[in-house]
Amino acid sequence: MAADIKHMLDLDLLSKPQITSVLDSALVYKDILNSDMKKQDELRGKIVVTLFYEASTRTRMSFEEAGKILGSDVINVSASGSSVEKGESLVNTAKTIEAMNVDAVVIRHPHSGAPYILADQFASASVVNAGDGTHAHPTQALLDLFTVLEHVDSIEGLKIAIVGDVIHSRVARSNIHGFLKLGAHVFLAGPATLLPKAMPWLRYYESEGSLSMTTNVDEALKDADVVMTLRLQNERQISGYIPSEREYIANWQINSSRIDKNCPDAWIMHPGPMNEGIEISESIANGPKSLIQKQVENGVVIRMAVLSHVCGVKHNK
Amino acid sequence: MKNAKILIKRGRVIDPLTGIDQIADVLIIDNKIQSVDTNIDLSAGPDVMEITAEGLVVCPGFVDLHAHLREPGFEYKETIATGTKAAVKGGFTSVCAMPNTDPAIDTPSMIEFVKMKGKSDASCRVYPIGAVTKGRKGKSIVDFLEMYSAGAVAFSDDGDPVYDSEIMRLALEYAGPLNVPIMNHCQDLTISPNGVMAEGEVSELLGLKGIPDSVEEVMVARDIALCKATGSKVHISHVSSAGSVELIRLAKSQGINITSEVCPHHLTLTDEAVLTDGGYFAASPGNAYDTNAKMYPPLRGESDVDALIHGVQTGVIDCIATDHAPHDVVSKHTTFDCASFGISVFETAVGSLLGLVRAQTLSLPKMIEALTIAPCRVLGDAFEEYGTLKEGTVADVILIDPDIDWVVDTKEFVSKGKNTPLEGRRLKGRVVLSLVDGQIMFDELEK
Repeated sequence: MAADIKHMLDLDLLSKPQITSVLDSALVYKDILNSDMKKQDELRGKIVVTLFYEASTRTRMSFEEAGKILGSDVINVSASGSSVEKGESLVNTAKTIEAMNVDAVVIRHPHSGAPYILADQFASASVVNAGDGTHAHPTQALLDLFTVLEHVDSIEGLKIAIVGDVIHSRVARSNIHGFLKLGAHVFLAGPATLLPKAMPWLRYYESEGSLSMTTNVDEALKDADVVMTLRLQNERQISGYIPSEREYIANWQINSSRIDKNCPDAWIMHPGPMNEGIEISESIANGPKSLIQKQVENGVVIRMAVLSHVCGVKHNK
Repeated sequence: MKNAKILIKRGRVIDPLTGIDQIADVLIIDNKIQSVDTNIDLSAGPDVMEITAEGLVVCPGFVDLHAHLREPGFEYKETIATGTKAAVKGGFTSVCAMPNTDPAIDTPSMIEFVKMKGKSDASCRVYPIGAVTKGRKGKSIVDFLEMYSAGAVAFSDDGDPVYDSEIMRLALEYAGPLNVPIMNHCQDLTISPNGVMAEGEVSELLGLKGIPDSVEEVMVARDIALCKATGSKVHISHVSSAGSVELIRLAKSQGINITSEVCPHHLTLTDEAVLTDGGYFAASPGNAYDTNAKMYPPLRGESDVDALIHGVQTGVIDCIATDHAPHDVVSKHTTFDCASFGISVFETAVGSLLGLVRAQTLSLPKMIEALTIAPCRVLGDAFEEYGTLKEGTVADVILIDPDIDWVVDTKEFVSKGKNTPLEGRRLKGRVVLSLVDGQIMFDELEK
C-alpha cells in the first residue's frame, strides 16, 4: 500500500518506496510505448484534465499522450493569462472541476503552490503538478531519475552536478529532492546571483546523500557521474542577474573542454528547451553521452506511470 | 450602563508611568481616574459599580499606533465600527487609523471624516493618521498644517514607503515644527521586487520569492540619516529584522530623535508559519503555503525574533503596535503570490504577547509600557492624559486575565478580518474588560 499515491505534488512528499514504485512501473510502460499496440485499457473510463496556465508543448503533449495510451479520456483546458492575475479564480475553478467528477487534474501554474490549492479543494480527484512557479516539477524529476537509472545500477553515491539558474528552476528543486532521496551527492553550481540563498532540503527528510553549492563550475563537475544543465532565460540578463551571455558562457557553459577536463564519462542532461551555445555547447548536447532525447521519450513513460499511480491502480510489491 | 463611580478591587495594578505594580484598587469617578490605592472603600450606592479583579491585571488601555480600519473604501474588509469593536476586545482603547484607504486620508476633510466616523461608530478612541504624500503616491507632500489642525496625530504612507528620499527629507523639514511623528514603512522597492516572504530556507523550499532583510535595513538607515539631518520626529513602523534593531540602537545611542514599533506577530512567529498546516489550506496534504502568514514586513527567523524581543525589553524599540490588517476571504484564499499582505491582530495580540511574558523573555510591566505610555510618548504632548492610571487622567482602563486558556477561533472574531496564522492555536491570557472614558465597551468577566 505504500506505493499508493493520492496526489503528485512534489517529491518531498513521497517516500522512497513510492518513488521506486513509479520508476519500476515505468519500465513496463516503456515497452508499451515502444510497441505497435499503444492503446491500453488500464485507465478506461477515467477522465484526466490538463489545466495549463502557462505555455507548454512537451509537458502537456506527453501528459495527453500518456493519458490516451492508457485509455483515459483527456480534456485539455487552457487558462488565459488574465485569469491568473485573479488568483481567486483558481479556487472556483477547482470547485467547478471537482463538480464534474473527473479523476485527475494535471496542472501547470506560474505561481508556486497553486497545485496545493486544487489538492486542498478536491475530495476525490487527484492532482498532478506539471510545474508550479519556481517551486516544483516532480514528473520532470522522476523522468530524470528514470533516465539516469537506465544507464547506471543505482543512484546511491552518484555525484550529480546541477549547473545554471538554480534559483528560478522548479526542475532543479524537484531534482534535488529526488536525487537526495535516492542517496546521491548533489552539487549546485552557477553564478552566485542564480544560486539559492539557503539549502533547506535536507532538513525535511532523511537522506544518505549530501548537498553542496559552489560558484566554481569545475568543482561541481569534478568526477561527476551526471551533469544537468538548466535553461538560462534571456530575462536573467535583462534583470541584472548576470552581466552578459559572454561572461556566463566563459564561466558556466557545459562544453567539451570542461567535460573532458573534469568528467569525460559523465551523462549529460537538460530538461529543455535548450539554448544551444549558451548554457550547453552544441557538441555536448548532441554528443554520445547526451541523454537529452531520452529524457523527452521518457517523459511520456513516466507520465503514464504517474497517471496510473494517482488514478488508483494498485502497485503493490 | 452608565455609572458615575466604578471601583475595581484587588487587581494587580500595573501603570508604567507612575511605576505602580501592586495589588490595589482603582477608583473611577465621572470618567476620570480618581485614585489608585491599596484599599479604597466606598459605600454601596445605585451609582457605584464594584468590579472584583482578583487574579487579574489592571492597567491603562492600550494605545495602538498602527491599525488599518479600512474605512472609507474597503468596508468589505473592515469598518471603523467592526475594527474598533475588535480593538476593545483586545484591550485597545485608542487606535490610530492608517490612511491607506480609498480615497487616501490626504486632505483635512478626510481627516474630519475619520474623526466623525470615530465619534459616531467607534467603540474606542480613533485618531486619524494622515498620508505623507498626496494620494500616497510619493510625489508631493500633503497639507500638513491644515491636516494637523483638523486632527491628524501623525503622518504615514503606510502600505508603501515614502520612497523618494528628497520627498521624505522635505516632508520632515516642513512638518518638523508640528512635532508629530512621520512614520515610515521601510521597504527599498528596488531590492528583490515582488518578494512575498522572508528570504531563507522556507522561501527556497517553497519556491517563493524572498524578501531579504536588506530591503528594510537600507531604508531604516536612510531614515536615520534624514532624521539626524532634519531633527524631525521619524518613527519606523513594524521593525522586523535584527539588523534594523541594531541600526536603531546605534542611532538612539547618538541621540538621534528616532522611535520605532514592532508587531506582536514579529515578536512571536517565524517564517516557518508559512509552512505550518493551517488556514485555508488545512486539508492540503503537504506544505501549507499559508497565506494567512503573509504580511509586510514578512515573518523572519528566530534570531530576528530574539533581537526584536530584546529590543522591546531594552527600550531600543519603543512600542508594540498591531499593524492590524484585516482582509476579506477572497484576498487571501488564493495563491501565495496573489494573496494580499496583512493579518488580523487585535483579538490575538495580548494572548500572543503573554506567551513571551510566561517564557520570561519580556516582563509584563515592559509589555504594558510598550502598549500604553510608550506609544503616547511617540505621539507627543497631546497624549499626556492617556496610557496611564495617574489621578485625574481619562479612565481608559482594561482588565486582563493572564490565566485563561483559549483556542483562536476566527468564527468568534468580531473583526471582519479572519486572516490570522493563529487559527486553532492555543493561547493563554486575554482581555476580559475594557473601559473607554469610564464606559464599559467590552465585558467578558465571569458573570
